[in-house]
Amino acid sequence: MTDFTAEVQGVTKRYGETEAVRGVDLTLAPGECVAMVGHNGAGKSSLIKLMLGLTTPTEGRIRVLGGDPASAACSPIRRRIGFLPENVAFHPSMTGRETLDFYARLKGAPCRDNDALFEKVGLEPAAIRRRVSTYSKGMRQRLALAQALLGGPKLLFLDEPTTGLDPALRQSFYAIVAELRDRGTTILLCSHALTELEGQADRVVVMNRGRKVADGSLATLRSLARLPVRIRLTLPTADIDALAARVGEGAALTRLAGGVVELACANDDKVALVRRIACDGPAPNIAVQDIEIVQPSLDEMYAHFLRREAAE
Amino acid sequence: MNTLLIIAGKELREATRNRWVVATTLLMAALALTLSFLGSVPTGTVGVGPVEVTIVSLSSLTIFLLPLIALLLSFDAVVGEIDRGTMTLLLSYPVARWQLLLGKFLGHAAVIALATVVGYGAAGVALAMGGTAIGHESWRAFAAMIGSSVMLGAAFTALGYLASTIVRDRGTAAGIAVAVWLCFVLLYDMALLGVLASGSGLGVETLNWLLLANPADAYRLFNLTGFKGVSAFAGTAGLAAHVQLSVPLLLAVMAGWIAAPLALAAALFSRKQI
Repeated sequence: MTDFTAEVQGVTKRYGETEAVRGVDLTLAPGECVAMVGHNGAGKSSLIKLMLGLTTPTEGRIRVLGGDPASAACSPIRRRIGFLPENVAFHPSMTGRETLDFYARLKGAPCRDNDALFEKVGLEPAAIRRRVSTYSKGMRQRLALAQALLGGPKLLFLDEPTTGLDPALRQSFYAIVAELRDRGTTILLCSHALTELEGQADRVVVMNRGRKVADGSLATLRSLARLPVRIRLTLPTADIDALAARVGEGAALTRLAGGVVELACANDDKVALVRRIACDGPAPNIAVQDIEIVQPSLDEMYAHFLRREAAE
Repeated sequence: MNTLLIIAGKELREATRNRWVVATTLLMAALALTLSFLGSVPTGTVGVGPVEVTIVSLSSLTIFLLPLIALLLSFDAVVGEIDRGTMTLLLSYPVARWQLLLGKFLGHAAVIALATVVGYGAAGVALAMGGTAIGHESWRAFAAMIGSSVMLGAAFTALGYLASTIVRDRGTAAGIAVAVWLCFVLLYDMALLGVLASGSGLGVETLNWLLLANPADAYRLFNLTGFKGVSAFAGTAGLAAHVQLSVPLLLAVMAGWIAAPLALAAALFSRKQI
């Protein structure tokens, strides 16, 4: 018995000629929120399907909550798993309440808790009584989240959970995710919207063409990627030459619109560079009006890892 | 067991919602009532009751209609759910695949049973109120006709499930369903008749087996030869004497036509990569 909620070891999945997943190793610990990012067809959904036991690996081994998810005796495991599929679909002629009651009964969860779930995901009582065919994309997504939360899962797979949600709903969605994580639920989140994952995920896994190309916390990935940090300064145009002289060779200088100058430097040099600019050095003085430090975003890191993968 | 009932119940509720139940029940009732009224027109001195007439005409119609309804209801059952994306979610629940398939089948079979029992039952009520004295034996034949119709519907529902499981595309499943209907309901008998008429020495033994190889023929034989009063009127008394297929055997064959396609579909479905 391992401490991990889910363990994927050297898993490869082939559909005929195409390899959807190639030699992936992945572990998910309790109370961890892991973000999986990658293009369409990078193998994210295939990996989730493998972990759900919907498909079986061609090679390798998968253990989820201490058992094989594809085995015949996986019902106790599945009861502890929540899943929000990409492009979720429900039976259109059933109402919201009937849908959730149906899934709750299948999972062996008490139907009386469903009202609390509806409230949690923000579905109005009037909407619950309506048929799912009349729902907007956002409402369907809320219902999908509600069914994923049935029975208090120990492991939650969320495949593109925020597509079609408005910003306010995204906020409340991530609040729910954070609350679950704090209670020890393991969450695996797939998304294209990389920027919104910042601050949500404990770890980021980058997938490309079936392979895992990077795995680590955002800080780890940042130092691995060695992407430049950018320092944006607002200052009078007259001072730019002086700035360039003072910055020297350590950073690349670009002029942006609105009298803003951007300096790109290595992460380790950042503090020294700011000190050189801000503290009074040899004349002439530079009248910096504003300073902004831009860390490489998840988007940029993702692009970087894909470039590196392509170069290899 | 509970899981099966949950899934079957959902399937039945959905069929009720999208008017499948109402439409098929009304259709069955309308046809049954029409035929029973025609049957209750005095039939001269042949000495058969209105129930026998109704059984013969109604079972002949059932052979064409019920398989079609059953196939229409079922060809979409698996491939459609995969297509719409509801299957992935369902299978992530603690449900075995055979449970899902069998549960859905029970739901669809219940739709057929409901429509048949209510629809044909209405004709039975109309006959009972017709005023003619109807014997015990006739009612038993009528009840057997309703029961075997449900089995026929279930057999073709199972075939529809098999078609729905084999393919990856809804259009193909629909095509297979139509082909199944054409083959079993129309072409099979025509081919058999052709072979018989051509005078090739087809033994009785072979003919018996060939008739069993088609659920629609098993149903026909059961209803037209199983009861004396009916076979006298249907003109199949001579055939009934020749065909050495007992009623239990015919019922067993029809049950086999339900179980075998379903078992095959379940086996294929559990190996299917969604």
